[in-house]
Amino acid sequence: MTARAKIITTAVLTVVAVYFLLPVYWLIVAATKTTEDLFGSNGLWFSSPRLWTNMVELFTFQDGIYLRWTLNSILYAGVGALCATFICAMAGYGLAKYRFAGREKVFNLVLGGVLLPATALTLPLYLLMSEFSMANTYWAVLLPAMVSPFGVYLCRIYAAAAVPDELLEAARIDGASEFRVFLTVALRIMTPALVTIFLFQFVGIWNNYFLPLIMLSDSNLYPITLGLTSWQGFASRQPILYQLTVGGAFVSVIPLMIMMVVLQRFWRTGLTQGSVKE
Amino acid sequence: MSIKNRQARSGWGFLAPFLVLFVAFFILPILYAIYQSLFTVKRTGELGLGGQELSFSWFDNYTTALSDTAFVDSLWTVLIFALIQVPVMVLLALTLALLLESASARGVGFFRTAYFLPHGVPGVIASILWGFLYVPGISPLYNLFESVGLSVDFISPDTILLSIVNIVTWEFAGYNVLVLIAQLKAVNPNLFEAARVDGASPWRIIWHIKLPLARPAIVMATVFTIVGSLQLFAEPLVLRPVAASITYTYTPNLAAYNEAFFENNYQLAAAQAVVLAAVAMVLSFGFLRIFGRGDKQ
Repeated sequence: MTARAKIITTAVLTVVAVYFLLPVYWLIVAATKTTEDLFGSNGLWFSSPRLWTNMVELFTFQDGIYLRWTLNSILYAGVGALCATFICAMAGYGLAKYRFAGREKVFNLVLGGVLLPATALTLPLYLLMSEFSMANTYWAVLLPAMVSPFGVYLCRIYAAAAVPDELLEAARIDGASEFRVFLTVALRIMTPALVTIFLFQFVGIWNNYFLPLIMLSDSNLYPITLGLTSWQGFASRQPILYQLTVGGAFVSVIPLMIMMVVLQRFWRTGLTQGSVKE
Repeated sequence: MSIKNRQARSGWGFLAPFLVLFVAFFILPILYAIYQSLFTVKRTGELGLGGQELSFSWFDNYTTALSDTAFVDSLWTVLIFALIQVPVMVLLALTLALLLESASARGVGFFRTAYFLPHGVPGVIASILWGFLYVPGISPLYNLFESVGLSVDFISPDTILLSIVNIVTWEFAGYNVLVLIAQLKAVNPNLFEAARVDGASPWRIIWHIKLPLARPAIVMATVFTIVGSLQLFAEPLVLRPVAASITYTYTPNLAAYNEAFFENNYQLAAAQAVVLAAVAMVLSFGFLRIFGRGDKQ
């Protein structure tokens, strides 16, 4: 590649980076502002920054409900993703390593689940949950989050390619039960795929809005996404909520950003397996 | 126990937890929605105040939904949205992936991370964020555009759909870039070397080697974008207060949500959800049938 082509490539990539980072930069700047400055000052530059005061207000408003929403989000996304990953690992491993009638049928059903739009399921899910009086409980958001057809798909492909039958056979000969073989041998080899699925599911649950919006009416059960939009909805009547919404968005974005940066390497290795090997 | 039996027993055993949850939270809701959608509410007593009862009415709800201009319009809105969103998303992600993957670009790691970061921002938060950036008076973007002599309005009826395209692109492009890079990296580099030695231009290498090899990832990104586009919900809902042209029936999901929780007609809402799921399945399966060949060898 010529020097000129190199410069042009880098220039294009830089402009695009500005596009992706500008809103994040705006959020950081805005999180340090008072409500008046939010509307009255240049959005791209700081104006009498007071991040600490804003954060104290954010975490003390309405008896610290924001912290509760954060913990709820961590519970939904953390526990949900952990269970989903383990359940996917079992199912994918089962599909990859055992031969039995009906296996392909199950796999096709799972593929159908990948293509079905999840939000079209949300409303019927609510009706069903209401029938069993489970709407407006932690379970209503947590249980559906544990199902990931895409995760099963990825696990099957990964287990088929990466877990050698000889190793499983050796463990069996040593007298380990099937489940023990899975726990001690297969799970360890499948780790890259499992990290991918955990991340995928964690971000998916953390970002989900439709499901908690429909399921939850008690604001004590809200995840951050739902809490923030409820604030945003009232902001025109209670202007301090503008500033709290912005500050809350800022705080909620930080942990996921860190996660993205630290774990994107794992994410990538897992994805390669998903789309390439079969 | 025979080996065959043991295989079957263990296989189903490993599948059991997933299948139980899959049936409970995927299959049952669908069946229940279809069942519900076949009933209509009849109000009884004077002025309909005597309560309500459900009566089986075959496909009345589907006829109602599909003859309701607002709902049909909402379907058109997401179809048009998908028609814009899919090429924008796939072409942008593909261009960025190819640029990043060409070894000459400096700071690849930084760019990749920068593009991927927005994926950690939930759709609603992204919409709140961009919402601030779309509103005249708060947004610094208007000044920015005016300083180069452009006058734009991000939330007019003509532009709001494109403004939503922008939000969704911002959220997911980086994710698709990673998927595509992963696929391109999996290609044996000797292949490019051989082509280069044979005198192929960079364009020919992209067109004849890289693109065909990246096809599975392109197909995957496209299908996910189609399915995602049709489900549009959070973005228009959050932008509704600032954009007057977004109605409560702007997208099918919004329409169903509105029907269930504000009109209290669960049966009609269920029918709308089923229609949306059917359209999404037909489009994504259709796309896979036409372009997905060769993926599953």
